[in-house]
Amino acid sequence: MEARPIAELRAVTKRYGVVTAARGLNLSIRPGEFLSFLGPSGCGKTTALRMLAGFEQATEGEVLIDGRVVNGVPPYLRPVNMVFQQYALFPHMNVAQNVGYGLNQRRPRPSRAEVAAEVERALQMVRLAGFSDRRVWEMSGGQQQRVALARAIVNRPKILLLDEPMAALDKKLRHEMQIELKSLQRELGITFVLVTHDQEEALSMSDRVCIMDHGQIAQIGTPEDLYDRPQSRYVADFVGRSNFIPAWVMGMVGDHIRAEGPEGLSFTARTGAPLTIGTEILLSLRPEDIQLALAGAPDGHPMRITHRIFLGEHTEYHLSSSAIDHLVTVVPRGADAVLRNLTVGTEVAVCWREGAPLALTRD
Amino acid sequence: MRLYVIAVYLFLYIPIGIIALFSFNAGRHAAQFAGFSTQWYGKALDNPFVIDALKTSFTVAMTSALLATVCGTLAAVALQGIRGRLRMVYDALIYMAVMVPGIVIGIATLITLVTVFDTLNPLLATLFGGKAPPQLGLGKGSLIAAHGLFTMALVIVIVRARLQGMDRTLLEAAADLGAPPMRSFVQITLPQIAPAVLAGFLLAFTFSFDDFIVAFFVAGSETTLPIYVFSSIRRGVTPEINAIGAMVMAASLVLLITAQMILRPRKR
Repeated sequence: MEARPIAELRAVTKRYGVVTAARGLNLSIRPGEFLSFLGPSGCGKTTALRMLAGFEQATEGEVLIDGRVVNGVPPYLRPVNMVFQQYALFPHMNVAQNVGYGLNQRRPRPSRAEVAAEVERALQMVRLAGFSDRRVWEMSGGQQQRVALARAIVNRPKILLLDEPMAALDKKLRHEMQIELKSLQRELGITFVLVTHDQEEALSMSDRVCIMDHGQIAQIGTPEDLYDRPQSRYVADFVGRSNFIPAWVMGMVGDHIRAEGPEGLSFTARTGAPLTIGTEILLSLRPEDIQLALAGAPDGHPMRITHRIFLGEHTEYHLSSSAIDHLVTVVPRGADAVLRNLTVGTEVAVCWREGAPLALTRD
Repeated sequence: MRLYVIAVYLFLYIPIGIIALFSFNAGRHAAQFAGFSTQWYGKALDNPFVIDALKTSFTVAMTSALLATVCGTLAAVALQGIRGRLRMVYDALIYMAVMVPGIVIGIATLITLVTVFDTLNPLLATLFGGKAPPQLGLGKGSLIAAHGLFTMALVIVIVRARLQGMDRTLLEAAADLGAPPMRSFVQITLPQIAPAVLAGFLLAFTFSFDDFIVAFFVAGSETTLPIYVFSSIRRGVTPEINAIGAMVMAASLVLLITAQMILRPRKR
C-alpha cells in the first residue's frame, strides 16, 4: 500500500472573477518526493503552488496537507515554507535574522541559543557558514538564494515550496544550484514542490513532473515516462522536442500499430492505448530517433536538407520532402564526419527503428 | 537662459535674505541698516509674549504632527489594501486635501467646529446637570484638530509613496514563516516605511508650526508664533520681528532638509 500523501489537491478550481486559473486539479504528493509543476507562464502552476502555501484559497475543491483539509487556513498556520522567485529577503535584517525569522515566530518562543544553533546549522547546509552577520543586499544573487533556502528549511517544513527559484540566476550558477538542491532534498528527506517553466530544470531534479496546460494537468509522471510516453502532442512538444506527422491507423501488429502517413508512407508505431482502424492520429518522432544516411540508402525516405545548424555537441538538420514538409533530426558529434558536414540542398535518406514513432490521438 | 534662472532665484531669495540680514540690524528701524548686532535676538527671546506664542506653537505642532503621523500612517496602510477604481477615488481625495487652499480649510474647519460645539455644549450641560459643565470652545484643541487634519493628508501621501515602493512579497514571506498580520506589520512593514513616517512627521510639524491662515481662523484666544508676528506687524516691522522670522525659518529649513535627506532613495 502506498504511504499517505503529504499533500493532496481534490478537484481544485481557482477562479479570479471570470478568469479560471486552475481547473479541476487532482493530485497526490508523496512524502519525500521531488515534484515539479512544469508549464508555460499562465498555465496555473504558480496558482497551484500558492494554494498549497495558503496565499490563494481554492474556489472549489479541497486542499489537504498532511491529511488535514487546509481550505481557509492562512499561510502563517500552514506547515509549509516557500522559497520566493525574487527571494523576498528582509532588507532591514542581516542573514542570521532572516534565517531565524521563522523560528522566532514560534510560540512558545525558542531560546536565543536554540535559534542561533539552528540558524548556524541551516547556513552550513547551504554552504554559507560564517555569513550570519552579513547584510543581505551585500550578497550575490546566488548567495541570496541560499539564504532564502536556509530561511525556509530551518523551520523543517512538511513541504518546501519553490517558486521558480532559479529564474534570476545565470545559466552556469543555475546548473550548480540544481545539483545542490537535489542533494539537499535527499539529505533532508523533505518533500519539495517546484514550479518552473524550464523543462531541463524539471526533468533533471524531479522524481515526478506535473505538466500543466491552461489551468489543467496535462500529464503527471516520471521524467522518463513523460519523455518516452507522452499522452498528447502538448506534452510531447513541451518535454524535449518532437516531429509530428499526421497518419491513419491501418492495423495492429502485436502491441504496435501499422499506420499510413502522407503519400503512402508506412510506419510501425508504439501506442499507449489500443486504437481502432481508420482513426486519424499524429505520430510523434523524436529528432534523435531519426537516422540520417546518404541518398540511395535502402529503405530510406528521400529528403532534402533545408537548414544546417551547428550546436557543438550535435549538428541539427532541418529536412523536407513532398510527403513530410518539415522534419528535424540531429547528428551527434561522434557520428561520421561526412554526415556532420552535409550542406543545404543535399539529398539524403532518413529512416527510424520500428516502434520509434509514438501514436498520439489527435485532439 | 542662465541669466533668467539666476534672476528667478534672486527674486525668490532676496526678500528672505533681507529679513535675515536686517535681523542683525543694530538700529531701531527695519529699513535702515545701522551696523551688526544680535541684540534683537536677545530681545525677542526675552519677550514673554514671544515665548508664550512659541510654547503654544510648539505644543500644537508637536501634538498635531503626532496625531497626523499615527492616523496618516494607519490610513496609508489601509488604503494599500484597496484595489481598483475605489482606490483611485481615495487617492484623488487625498491629493485634493493636500491642494485645497489654507483659507478654505480654515473657514471650513471653523464652521464645522463651531457647529459641533454648538450641538455638543447644551448636551454636555444637560449631562452634567448643575455642576459646572465643561464648555467646548476654540483654543489649543481646535488648533490641534485643524492642523492634524490638513497635515494628515501630507503624511498619507508620503507614506503611500513608500508603501507602493515596498516589495509585497516581503509580507507574504513573513506570513509564510509564521507571522500573523499584526506581527508582520510591526516587524516588516513598519521598519520598511519608518523613514517615510519620520519624514511625514517632520513635514507635518513644519507645516503646523509655520501655519498662519488656518490658525488665524480656529485659534480662538490662543496666540501662535505666526499669529503673534502678524499682529505685531500692524504696529510696524521691527528688527525683533525679523529676528523671529529668521529663527522660525532656520528651524523650518533644518526640519525640511532633514525630511528630504530621510526620503532620499538609499543606495542598495
